[in-house]
Amino acid sequence: MTEIETYRREAGKLDMQAEPMILNIGPSHPATHATLRLIAELDGETILKLTPEFGYLHRCFEKESENATWTQVIPYTDRLNYVSSLMNNVGYVMAVEKLFGIEVTERCKYIRVLICELSRIIDHMVCIGANMVDIGALTNFWYFWKPREEVYMHLIEPLTGIRLTTQYTRIGGLQWDLPDGWVEKCRDICRDVIVPAIADVNALLTKNRIFIERTMGVGSITPKEAIARGFTGPCLRAAGVPLDLRKDETYLVYDRFDFDVPIGEQGDTCDRYMVRMEEMRQSLRIIEQALDQLPGGPVNVDDPRFLLPPKQEVYGNIEALMNHFKHIMDGIRVPAGEVYSATEAANGELGYYIVSKGGGGPYKIKVRPPCFPLFQGMPHLCEGGMLADLIAVLGSVNIIAGELDR
Amino acid sequence: MAEEKKSAVLEKLAGKFGDDIVATHSDFGDDTAQVRRERIVEICTFLRDDPGLLFDLAMDCTGVDYLGEEPRFEVVYHLYSIAKKHRVRIKARVPEEDPVIDSVIPVWAGMDWFEREAYDMYGIVFRNHPNLKRILMYEEFEGHPLRKDYPKARRQPTVGPKE
Amino acid sequence: MAVNRAKDGAAGFLTTRFEAILAWGRRFSIWPFTFATACCGIEVMGAFGTHYDVSRFGAEVIRFSPRQADMLLVAGTVNYKMAPILQRIYDQMLEPKWVVAMGACASSGGFYNNYSVVQGIDKFMPVDIYIPGCPPIPEQIIDSIVLIQKMIDTGAPRARERWPIKI
Repeated sequence: MTEIETYRREAGKLDMQAEPMILNIGPSHPATHATLRLIAELDGETILKLTPEFGYLHRCFEKESENATWTQVIPYTDRLNYVSSLMNNVGYVMAVEKLFGIEVTERCKYIRVLICELSRIIDHMVCIGANMVDIGALTNFWYFWKPREEVYMHLIEPLTGIRLTTQYTRIGGLQWDLPDGWVEKCRDICRDVIVPAIADVNALLTKNRIFIERTMGVGSITPKEAIARGFTGPCLRAAGVPLDLRKDETYLVYDRFDFDVPIGEQGDTCDRYMVRMEEMRQSLRIIEQALDQLPGGPVNVDDPRFLLPPKQEVYGNIEALMNHFKHIMDGIRVPAGEVYSATEAANGELGYYIVSKGGGGPYKIKVRPPCFPLFQGMPHLCEGGMLADLIAVLGSVNIIAGELDR
Repeated sequence: MAEEKKSAVLEKLAGKFGDDIVATHSDFGDDTAQVRRERIVEICTFLRDDPGLLFDLAMDCTGVDYLGEEPRFEVVYHLYSIAKKHRVRIKARVPEEDPVIDSVIPVWAGMDWFEREAYDMYGIVFRNHPNLKRILMYEEFEGHPLRKDYPKARRQPTVGPKE
Repeated sequence: MAVNRAKDGAAGFLTTRFEAILAWGRRFSIWPFTFATACCGIEVMGAFGTHYDVSRFGAEVIRFSPRQADMLLVAGTVNYKMAPILQRIYDQMLEPKWVVAMGACASSGGFYNNYSVVQGIDKFMPVDIYIPGCPPIPEQIIDSIVLIQKMIDTGAPRARERWPIKI
């Protein structure tokens, strides 16, 4: 392996006796995954100072949720991290269930694990695909897009009714149970589509000299700095810190599965890519084990405080009708209090801080987006590097604007 | 077992700071301590450096508007310890006529943008913040939108393309 | 588009042939500029992907420069901070241009009715095609391109020619 030099210049020592140039990598730019803005002060090609700006997709999730009932917030949560909407749904309902203090059924937990891991795989596929497009390797994007389409068409759409923004989970359970044949289809797709796709991209990139030279040593961060800046998720694990909420603060049924958590060394772009690829393989392991262990039984907790009664009873029975009416019009009654619940989303720790005053809707919901501190750390990752490295780092950090701006 | 471990965090805090910890609870499994806003930086430094606590990862900082209560705003911090695997929530009330609190950026550099967002959305001013500007809304926006008395669907005049 | 017309309003033989050739050329080379902000952007990527291949319809070249594009495909929510940028991009495009508002958010603000979201991009720019859905499936994007092709064929007036709409 040849020596790879990183041209890092100290800020303040200019290349030529001239003024630094301000370059606006504006909100509508193919590499910024839309709606991110970076204002770079350049000396030649070297970045002296980087100022990120965002807010171009601020859709007022928090204000909308204050005016909605508990169940009406679920569609708003899908649009946070829209490439893996199911994980946001699961995170939110877990937070509300923590306020209620209820345990969902076993089958529900297993199905939630399945959908979370599938979402994690497709999220990593978008991240790596888009990152590679920005660097110039377009083929990987197509190789990863095919499994995404398969998962959408054959798994998520039959399950939830829609491809992208799913609103599948409900407080106390799920919208409905798995359709017939879903389990076999899931196994088929994992084995026949996802595994070959990961193998193909691996063959194209991992030992590719151009890829290594573009990504190794680019945008590296030490573990101490990463922790100080609030990094979580694959970016923190790539820096060498073994934090994964599925193992450390295990939720749902993750403690029953046997899987590893990949850790990087340098915290650079190459490590982030490697960590994501390996996480996809580990997610496939979890999916296989979950499909093998999937129990039977109901998916919803049978509790009239939050479960909608079955339609036959609503049409036949006045109590069920009133129950249904109250749940839909006023919202379910959640106990007063405040709670913070975090899950390991594809990008890091997705936290929901919910303040309830006992009404039919939340008093306040704050989403702690995983990519907020990551984007905040961009100046640290990129200053001193070159402009082209900025693009590589931006793609590897996986900023999803829906989550960043809420 | 878990109960004792969790209260240990709050006990340590109460032991060190006494009256500055106004109230504590562990509802729903979350350790929470309400503190006086004047001591926030010392409390956070203690939480980060004390060898029994080691809260090195600052997760979140947000504001809450309790319209009708006095003091009106509350600044809420969520912290996590990677080594000890425990969490804590620190809250500090801030009155409406003087919504100022010290910034905790000297303790955790990652709190920078979270504080800017709390300023943008609620109007809480963080003293000694290096760059307290609006972050989510555009600069010419007036008001602090997440306050309870700001109507959801108020439209402000659009700002044309900049030079 | 300006066309040489004879004094009595009828187009001459040569100009109609020319128009037909122009329309044929335009119809099969509608190059989109994807202004993808949010979730609809992911479905746009799906439409341009291998399964719902939109380049079969001529929209092959996705140019990220408005000066080289024919069609502005606004996919996703546009908020007050982003609106001036979208306006600038629209102004930079050359005639003839078509605007497609994809998804509920671009058409009418979607289910976001608040202080930060523009309630539809037709508040400040003329829109030719509205695609409903949240998000719409990629087949609907293909449908919109086919509709634009029909508009070009029949010479129907574009929204820009009727802009601004005075109510």
